[in-house]
This record gives sequence, C-alpha cells and structure tokens, in this order.
Amino acid sequence: MNHLHTALWGVLPYLAFTLLVAGTAWRYRYDRFGFTTRSSQLHEHRLLSIGGPLFHAGLLFVLAGHVVGLVVPKSLTERMHVPEWLYHLNALAVGGTAGLATVAGLAILVHRRLRSPAVRAATSRSDLAVYPVLAAVLVCGLAATATTLEAHPYDYREGVAVWFRSLFTLDPDVAAMAHAPFVYQLHALLAMALFTLWPFSRLVHAFTAPVAYLARPYIVYRHRGSGTRPAPQHRRIG
Amino acid sequence: MPRGEATPGRVMAQVAMVMNLDKCIGCHTCSVTCKQTWTNRTGTEYAWFNNVETRPGQGYPRRYEDQDRWRGGWELKRGRLVPRSGGRARRLARLFANPELPTLDDYYEPWTYDYANLTQAPLGDDLPTAPPRSQIDGRAMAISAGPNWDDDLGGGPGHTAADPVLEKISDQVRLEYEQAFMFYLPRICEHCLNPSCVAVCPSGAMYKRIEDGIVLVDQDRCRGWRMCVSGCPYKKVYFNHATGKAEKCTLCYPRIEAGEPTVCSETCVGRLRYLGVILYDADRVGEAASVEDEQGLYEAQLGCFLDPADPGVARAAEEAGIPHDWVTAARESPVHALISRYRVALPLHPEYRTMPMVWYVPPLSPVVDALTRTGHDGEAPESLFGAIDTLRIPLAYLAELFTAGDTEPVEAALCRLAAMRTTMRRVNLGQEPDPDIARSVGMTEEEIHAMYRLLALAKYEERYVIPTSYTAEHGSPVDTGCSLEEAGGPGMYDPDGFHTAPAAPPAPGTATAPATDPSGASLAGRLNLLNWDGRGRPDGLFPRQEGPA
Ligand code: HEM
Ligand code: SF4
Ligand code: SF4
Repeated sequence: MNHLHTALWGVLPYLAFTLLVAGTAWRYRYDRFGFTTRSSQLHEHRLLSIGGPLFHAGLLFVLAGHVVGLVVPKSLTERMHVPEWLYHLNALAVGGTAGLATVAGLAILVHRRLRSPAVRAATSRSDLAVYPVLAAVLVCGLAATATTLEAHPYDYREGVAVWFRSLFTLDPDVAAMAHAPFVYQLHALLAMALFTLWPFSRLVHAFTAPVAYLARPYIVYRHRGSGTRPAPQHRRIG
Repeated sequence: MPRGEATPGRVMAQVAMVMNLDKCIGCHTCSVTCKQTWTNRTGTEYAWFNNVETRPGQGYPRRYEDQDRWRGGWELKRGRLVPRSGGRARRLARLFANPELPTLDDYYEPWTYDYANLTQAPLGDDLPTAPPRSQIDGRAMAISAGPNWDDDLGGGPGHTAADPVLEKISDQVRLEYEQAFMFYLPRICEHCLNPSCVAVCPSGAMYKRIEDGIVLVDQDRCRGWRMCVSGCPYKKVYFNHATGKAEKCTLCYPRIEAGEPTVCSETCVGRLRYLGVILYDADRVGEAASVEDEQGLYEAQLGCFLDPADPGVARAAEEAGIPHDWVTAARESPVHALISRYRVALPLHPEYRTMPMVWYVPPLSPVVDALTRTGHDGEAPESLFGAIDTLRIPLAYLAELFTAGDTEPVEAALCRLAAMRTTMRRVNLGQEPDPDIARSVGMTEEEIHAMYRLLALAKYEERYVIPTSYTAEHGSPVDTGCSLEEAGGPGMYDPDGFHTAPAAPPAPGTATAPATDPSGASLAGRLNLLNWDGRGRPDGLFPRQEGPA
C-alpha cells in the first residue's frame, strides 16, 4: 500500500466530508441569504421545462441507486435470495437509464446556459466551476456502469462499496479501493471534488429541499419581532 | 352583545388601504416613488410593487388576470379550498420547472440607454444617439414592451381587446365600451387575509404578520422555488433574478410601524389613498373564502370585518392582545368607514378567494363624462341615477373587476357617490337640501356630508390613521407561534437591535436582504472570515471569556 493510495482513499474522503459539512454549516450561518436555487426560469422557460425535470428526476434515481449499491452489503441481498443476475440487470437498466436521463438533462441545461444570452449573463463563477465537475462525475459514473456489461465485470459491491462503508467505521479499507478499476477511482475522486464545491455553489439548494411543506398548514403567521436577523453586509458566495 | 353581533372568535388587526379611483389621474408618481424606494436595484428592474394600469387594458404583467393560464389564487374543490395551481404534492412535483411562471416576455425586458455613446461617438455628420441596451444581458435591443405599454389605451385596439376582463363581456359591449370610457387602476399587493402566495411557498418563507397583517417574504428563508409568483393571482410577487429570491410590496412596513403612510400614499398626487386599521374575525376567514357562489364573496368578506365601535369587539380585541390605541384607530379608520359604513369601496377580484385588503371606490366620473358628452347635465340627479342604470357596459366591466360580475353592489356604490354629488351640488348652489336623495340610497343627510368630507376634503391625518407598531404578547390568543422563537435560536436577533442605529443602506446591486424585518442588530459575535486579512486575532473568532471584565 503506497502513501498515495492512503492519501487518496484514507485521508481525502474525510477532508472532503469535513469541508462539505463545515462549509455548509458556515455558509448557513454566514450567508443564509445565499441559499437559493437562483432560478433562471424568468429568462428562459422552454428548454428548462425539459432539461430541469429530466436532470433532477434522473439524479434522484441515481442517488437512490447509490444508496442501494453502496450501503446495502452484498451479504444482505444474498440472504434475501436476490439472484446476482437480477440485481445486476436492475442496476444496469434502472441505473443506466437514470444516468442517461441525468446526463441528457444536464446537456440541455448546459446548452441553454451557453446559448441563451440572458441565462448566460446570469451564470456565476461558481456555476463555471460546478458544471464541468458535475458533468465529469456523471460521465465517469455512466462509464463505470457501462463496464459492467463486460463478460467478467468488476464487482464494485466487493470493492468500492466495502471501502465506502468502511469510511463510516473510521477504519478505511484503502486496499479495497486501491484495487478498483481506474474509472471507479476517477469517479470517486471527482465526486469528492464536487462535495468540496458543494457548500460554495448553488448546489446548497439540494440541502433545503422543502419536504416539510407536505405537513405545514397553508397560511403561515409570524410575529413582527420574529424575523430572522438581517443579512450581514457581505460578499456574495456562489 | 349590545348590537346583536355574534361573539367574535379570534380578533386580528389589519392595516388596509382604499383607493378612490375617481381621483386617479394616471400620473404614475406612486409607481416611480415606490420604485425609487424599493426596487431600484439590479435584479428588480422589472419589478413594480406599485403599478398603474389603464382599464380596459391588459395590466401588468400582461394578462395577469387570466387565471386559466396562470392559475393564481384559490379554488373550491369538493367544497375544500385549495390553491388553484394544485395542492402541496403537485407543487413539489413542479419544483424543477414551474409551468405557471410568467417569463420576462410577459413583463418586459428592462433596458437602459448607452449614454456613453453621446460623448464618445467618433466625429461624424450625424448627431450621436443613446441606443437602448438590455439590462438583462447588456445587448442592444429594440424596445417592444414596458410596464404601462397600453397606457391611456395606447398600443392600439389589439392591446385593449386582449384585456381578460373585457373578454368576459360580449363583443358588442366591447366596442361600445371602448368608445365609452377608460380609467386608471393603481395596484399594490393586496396583503390578503387568505394569501395564496403564502400558501404555495414550499419553504415557509412568506408569512402574514400577526400584528398588522402585512404579508412579507423572509429573505433569509426564501430558497428561490418561485412558486409564490404563480400563486399570487394579482402577480404582486416578483422574482429577483440577481439574488434568486422573491420580493414583494412590503406596505412600506418601516413607515407603517412608525405610524406613517406608505410611500405611494404619501406621494399620491390625487390624494386618493386611505390607510387605516380593520379589525376582523380570523376564525371566519376560511369559511368566508369558501363560499360557493363567487358573487357572494364580497358580502362574505364584509362579514369577517368587525365593528370597532362595538364594546364587545373592543373587549375581545384587547383580550387578543391588540393594544388600546389600535382599537381607537380602528374606530377612526377611514378604510373601515368607506368599506363597511358607507359601502362605497369594493374589493379587487374577490373571486380569487384570497380576501384582498386593498379596496377601491369605483369611478363615477366616466359616467358623468359620458352623460355630459351626450349633452345632458352630468350632475343632475335624474339623469345621473338614470345613467348609472342604463350605462350597463361600464357597470358590467366594473362588476367583473370588483364583485365577480354582480352589478348590484357596484351600482349601489355608484349611486351613493351620485347622491353625494347631487346633494353637495344643491349645497353649492344654495338650494334647499333634499333628504330624499340621501334616503334613496339608504343613507342619511349627515352620512352623506361625512362621506363627502372623507372623500373630498380629508386632510393627511384623516386619510391616514395608522397607530404605531406593537408586538403581540406571546401566549395571547393571536399567538400562533413560530418555531424559531427560541431565545438564541435560528432566526432570532437581539430584541434591542431595533432601537439601535440602522445599518448603512446597501449599495445598489449588492446582495443584501431588502425585505426582512428591520433591525440594525450588530453581527453579535459573528466573524466574516472572507474579509479577514489573516493578520492578528479578529474579534469574535473565539467566544468571549466569561466572568467580570
Ligand atoms: C430534491 C432536491 C432538489 C430540488 C428540489 C432542486 C430544485 C432545483 C430548482 C428549482 C432549480 C432551479 C431551476 C430554474 O428555475 O432555473 C434547480 C437548479 C439546479 N439544480 Fe437542483 N434541486 C435539487 C437537487 C439537486 C441536486 C442533488 C443537484 C446536483 C448534484 C442539483 C443540481 C442543480 C443544478 C446544476 C441546477 C442549475 C440548472 C440550470 O439552471 O442550469 N439539484 N434545482
Ligand atoms: S396580493 Fe399580496 S398577499 Fe395577496 S396573494 Fe398576492 S402577494 Fe400574496
Ligand atoms: S400618484 Fe395617485 S393619482 Fe398619480 S397614478 Fe398614482 S394613484 Fe393615481
């Protein structure tokens, strides 16, 4: 085990995670005013109404797929008698479709950002950093999924997933990741890059998904004095 | 109860407005002063918290009244009141792209002029010009729309004919009507009793203030889901495209809190705006808004308002934590008088079921003008009352605006105004008073005179009866609580902050929160690491040491 692998798969994940959590907490305290989707629908509606839902819906499925693939250990599905071929067919069909939808959605969104002058003018520097990384993560992930079509594919459930779960026990299984194919490694690295950008970009909007709305009375009353503190004079983030 | 009123349930107070449309000259002073105060920033160029539209006309944003398209307000679904754009689940499903959001084309593309060209153009034969430039993407553009493009019926008949209210009236009426008259309709947020903008906000950032009913957007909680823009049937929430947050008319709450009128009222050239307190029974609002018959909504809303002269109401109000001076102000409220006592003010589009709280005295002048044009004496009682009845066209149009199409209340209001005119005419001409005129519209001579005072002569203090602000006691019956009200919890600030000097006004174009509650609260103990030059130990980096200094 060389030091590079230890650094990449034993140290970097914790750094990225710390930055994600601390960065988000700091931004929430310092720049709550900046927590927004910064919607550009006012400028352009037609392409967004296709690309936006396609990208986000695909992404939600991709996320669910990651939970199933990385968090659920292989032993559990085996004990539940889920046949190996069924599991993989499912991962390939659902995961592949969702991944393709996400990439297609993002392609539409990026096209829109470049071609619509108003949307282009509303693009911030953090967007410029996020879009390439996001696209790269998605493409790498899709490529990794594609490799499972091979005759004797790499079983990520015995490698990458083991490493991923070991991170949470604070005993990173560096070897499991070190022996994974390059696409998987690249995918993981880019994902970590995305997580470090997360708190400082518009991506924070994902953390404020308004699920509580489902349980709230329609009309909200508040006291005069109960407004949040005024936003400090600050530089805009993201 | 001395007056036989039912016991009021939950008494709440609302600062409401009435505008007397007879007096509006369409000068747009109110719009401009409002803009200078609230929306002269990047991102809000197209936002007009106050706008003045010519009616008939499309309004701003164009055709905002077409609720089949924008789906604002509420609708009754099997007897239950739901936002017209759908319930909670449907709203969440539409988060990623909101199908009912107007784009900038429905407003207009804001522009500036390239003034630099005037001085920097190379020497030539032609005088240099200042060509228009888009404020959105900076490119050269052709101006093809504005916030009042069809002002004074400008823009051609095509514009006027696209008025959604006019479309509800038949074709024949339409033509005649265009020849008949036009008037101006100044609009701000209605600060509704049943605000649908609040109802559709997924993050709970929009709220109605318990103390004065003002509807605000908490800028720190808004996440830019832009549902409120669709939810408001009056299209009075605007999306700031630079900050990604919703903004709306604040009823100039910092002024109202200090007992001063809003900027639009203060600067109104026609002095046609009235501000005052209305006491209402919050428990009746839901029921009133769900009245089956749309034409019953006006009466239903009137039924929510409480008579502040009733000692039972006054007692209930004070038990509910409303201070004594607010109850006194409610008694002197010009708004209460015009709405409930004289019944000359009507709500704008009650059929949206949001229970709007900016009401309008419908314009009688167009009727008088039409009469005079046809060679009649526009102020003689016989011809004026007859004209109101026979000029069905303007009546039908006004009824579509103010009473969901029911001409009766509009007619009654116009007749009261006509009675006032003819009564005062007799006074001016030194003729015998004729009590029959007042009686014919169900008023007394004294009431007519009092109404005349209010509509024609009232000075500043009579037009704006605004008590200074208070904070409802927590735990009182109006306290519906707020999860953020833990001391030191998220969203709390130093309660004394309000009394300290306010922070410097934000520079135009910087990202600051314009519509949160006011406070000059210091950043108590918080540190901006981005501005830290890395030298020394900045204040607030570490917690202050306990114990005596
Ligand atoms: C369930 C949680 C989420 C919700 C409700 C949500 C909602 C939204 C909304 C309303 C917009 C603005 C669209 C517009 O009007 O312009 C948006 C934009 C965006 N979201 Fe999300 N989002 C969620 C999760 C995510 C996640 C997890 C990611 C990425 C990893 C993401 C990436 C983006 C990007 C890149 C944009 C910009 C699209 C563009 O305008 O080009 N979102 N999202
Ligand atoms: S008029 Fe004002 S309070 Fe009423 S729904 Fe629209 S924004 Fe909300
Ligand atoms: S300032 Fe007064 S008179 Fe002028 S447009 Fe506004 S409401 Fe009408």
